Amino acid sequence: MLRNLGLGLLAGVCLAAGVRAEPVTSFDLNNGLQVVVIEDHRAPAVVQMLWYRVGSADEPPGKSGIAHFLEHLMFKATDDMASGEFSDAVSAQGGRDNAFTSYDYTAYHQRVAADRLDLIMRMEADRMQGLVLSEDDVVTERQVILEERNQRTDSSPGALLNEQMAAAQFLNHPYGLPVIGWRHEMEGLSREDALAFYRANYAPNNAILVIAGDVDPEEVRTLAETHYGPLLPSDAVKPRLRPQEPPQLAARRIVMEDARVSEPYVIRSYLAVERNPGDQKQAAALVLLAQVLGGSSTTSVLARALQFESQVAVYTSAFYNPTTVDPDTLNLVVMPQPGVSLADAEAALDAQLARLLDTGFTPEEFARIKAQLRAQDIYARDDAQQLAQEYGEALAVGLTMEDIAAWPALLQDVTADEVMAVARAVLQDRTSVTAWLQAEGATR
Amino acid sequence: MMMRIAALLIALALPARAEIAIQTVTSPGGITAWLVESHDIPFAAIDIRFRGGTSLDAPGKRGAVNLMTALIEEGAGDLDAQGFAAARDGLAAQFRFDSSRDDVSVSARFLTENRDQALALLRSALTEPRFDADAVDRVRGQVLTGLRADEKDGEAIAERLMAARNFGDHPYGTSGDGTIDSVTALTRDDILSAYKGALARDRIYVAAAGDITAAELGTLLDDLLGGLPATGAPLPGRANLQEKGGVVVADLPGPQSVVQFSQKGLPFEHPDYFAAVILNEILGGGRFGARLMTEVREKRGLTYGIGTGLASLDHAEWLVGQFESANTKVAEAIAVVRAEWAKIAAEGVTADELDKAKTFLTGSYPLRFDGNGQIASLLVGMQMIGLPSDYPATRNARIEAVTLEDVRRVAAELFTPDDLFFVVVGQPEGVVSTE
Repeated sequence: MLRNLGLGLLAGVCLAAGVRAEPVTSFDLNNGLQVVVIEDHRAPAVVQMLWYRVGSADEPPGKSGIAHFLEHLMFKATDDMASGEFSDAVSAQGGRDNAFTSYDYTAYHQRVAADRLDLIMRMEADRMQGLVLSEDDVVTERQVILEERNQRTDSSPGALLNEQMAAAQFLNHPYGLPVIGWRHEMEGLSREDALAFYRANYAPNNAILVIAGDVDPEEVRTLAETHYGPLLPSDAVKPRLRPQEPPQLAARRIVMEDARVSEPYVIRSYLAVERNPGDQKQAAALVLLAQVLGGSSTTSVLARALQFESQVAVYTSAFYNPTTVDPDTLNLVVMPQPGVSLADAEAALDAQLARLLDTGFTPEEFARIKAQLRAQDIYARDDAQQLAQEYGEALAVGLTMEDIAAWPALLQDVTADEVMAVARAVLQDRTSVTAWLQAEGATR
Repeated sequence: MMMRIAALLIALALPARAEIAIQTVTSPGGITAWLVESHDIPFAAIDIRFRGGTSLDAPGKRGAVNLMTALIEEGAGDLDAQGFAAARDGLAAQFRFDSSRDDVSVSARFLTENRDQALALLRSALTEPRFDADAVDRVRGQVLTGLRADEKDGEAIAERLMAARNFGDHPYGTSGDGTIDSVTALTRDDILSAYKGALARDRIYVAAAGDITAAELGTLLDDLLGGLPATGAPLPGRANLQEKGGVVVADLPGPQSVVQFSQKGLPFEHPDYFAAVILNEILGGGRFGARLMTEVREKRGLTYGIGTGLASLDHAEWLVGQFESANTKVAEAIAVVRAEWAKIAAEGVTADELDKAKTFLTGSYPLRFDGNGQIASLLVGMQMIGLPSDYPATRNARIEAVTLEDVRRVAAELFTPDDLFFVVVGQPEGVVSTE
């Protein structure tokens, strides 16, 4: 298919990335494709990541898993390439390629020698609108995603519990559905479902191109205009207006039993705000809160209290992903020592949360966390793919280059009072899910 | 400061803008390190390996080296575990201590702005670990948690079975993590003995990359490592692969079975090693286009992923593979693997497959040297298998030199379908143990 439609010429503005140290350039093509170039000239390699602003939380009802299924099918034929040819061509250059799907985005990436960028940009542009699916490819690949679900979810009690927790946490929002899909819906996903989702969402005005490595931004601009410029923007792309959560009024509790569990644990999730354009302060404070609670396996609040000062737990953790489209969760985990019940582990967790809300945390711990976050910006520059990931993810959830540039300083500027304020706002029973994972027949 | 600094400039066979320049640095105390200087980012990575690893465990003390390694950071010098972690995190230094059947590894990243303090802390961990009683109990509890989880984990069960059946009484025949009984019985004295045996200067390999000069590295090598004992525990002898074909099934409830399979391999020094690397890439490279991935996943949808690897260890070598399949499909998937094994042994590969594999292997090689941490790790690995520091410049030529005739001959010699040994962990339908 010829795409020589004369669009997308010479668009875009350059934007310096503020305080961040990595050299970054950003511009838009006329067809709406946003392009980010991150320079790293230390090795003659380049990473291409193409991010679509669509993920599993944007799927039609009853079609859970279609975003991820389509991601698999994108490695099949296009009108210019045979099935499998994309990956063959990357391999033939010594490169690697893969893709991933999340709630909020779908991304395709390759890593090759820097002088092969032209090839991978041409191929990635080709499959944005030229996908051709045979029924055979669809039927076989559906078996592959069912095996993937077998391997990653159904063989893992912890992964199954995560699904049950998300379903309980979100009363209305599609974050309650698994990215890979519910098995009974995956089994029914068809070629037509995949193509409909593809046509509705895969277009230059719904994508972000990140190129990171040993490249010149002007050369990237020329290549982007050559390969992606001719693609037509789509009217089908709609703003992401997903069902939102009603007020959550009741704490939810789950007990899951599975014969395959050897180490029982308790996990708690709280609904938590996310980074929003021009409004990232609460999310920054939540990042610090998660670090204070469980960022270090030795010195964080939970580790010190439950693994050092008392011998309640063998493992504790806290985690929070700030980079999402809609509010997601802050999560806390306590795996008790043998002989300590889940009820006692949960009580110890609650006691620590109460203590934190009452007396706060030490300034020394806070200073260490900030030193590590500051260093993270230095260490991150060692890995062009990680930087590409950071930019692509943020832009794909609707943040701007200015938000990305401001983020490191926002993290440094968070005060202890702000962490306490966000802790009081987020650690609310009525927006929480508490789950116990234990072996079958274990006493409660 | 007297120091020998030999600089070898190595131009890789690729577009010339970035080249990897490996310097060898020898400290006054006689410790040699490889270095790639790169002053773009204000941090450096250092990678240290001690040959021997968990295979040095004394009889009856299985898991001692693993537990010792996990304890190195849990208190050192005048700092207890809390104090050490606070000091490390305050400097934003990152230390990783790990053990495998062939080595104990130490990977550190530290900022230029506080390098001396970070390395003083690392030196303290390496040379003055405390092994406090409360730390031993706490970390032992974590190791035991992992061991209990392994008893219900398909991959862990398969690995242990593969090791036991293939290597018997050699240390390779058991997990370096030990057993619940052996780890429960370990004393502080056992851990101290493991420490003295495993971390010694007669088995040390060092590489660094990033914002550090050869002169600075030379000085710090002695500071960092000079306090270690000169000699450590004797290395184990050769391990001979014992399995000659067959199937072993272990029951584990779940929707899928984990399948691992093995046969003999080749040592790195073998003249046919690179032909074998190419053959492995064509058959079981874990990417689209490899034969097993095409036949088992792409054409039949029997698995999410399948791959094989040529593992050349210090005391043995084997060719191993793994995949997971639904219990109803394992038998078919195993049949496909067997058929592909027989086919490549009988027919070798095509000229086109050889060309593609060579292009991939030579094209991907320079892309590995990416980032300070990655470079330090690759360089120390090369030293451990006895390679010269100009190896990166010659490696692709060794791949290119392999002919179609070579790979056909080596395929017939290497792949022995009758000796293929399968471990299947799950509840597979139509697969039974052959004994």
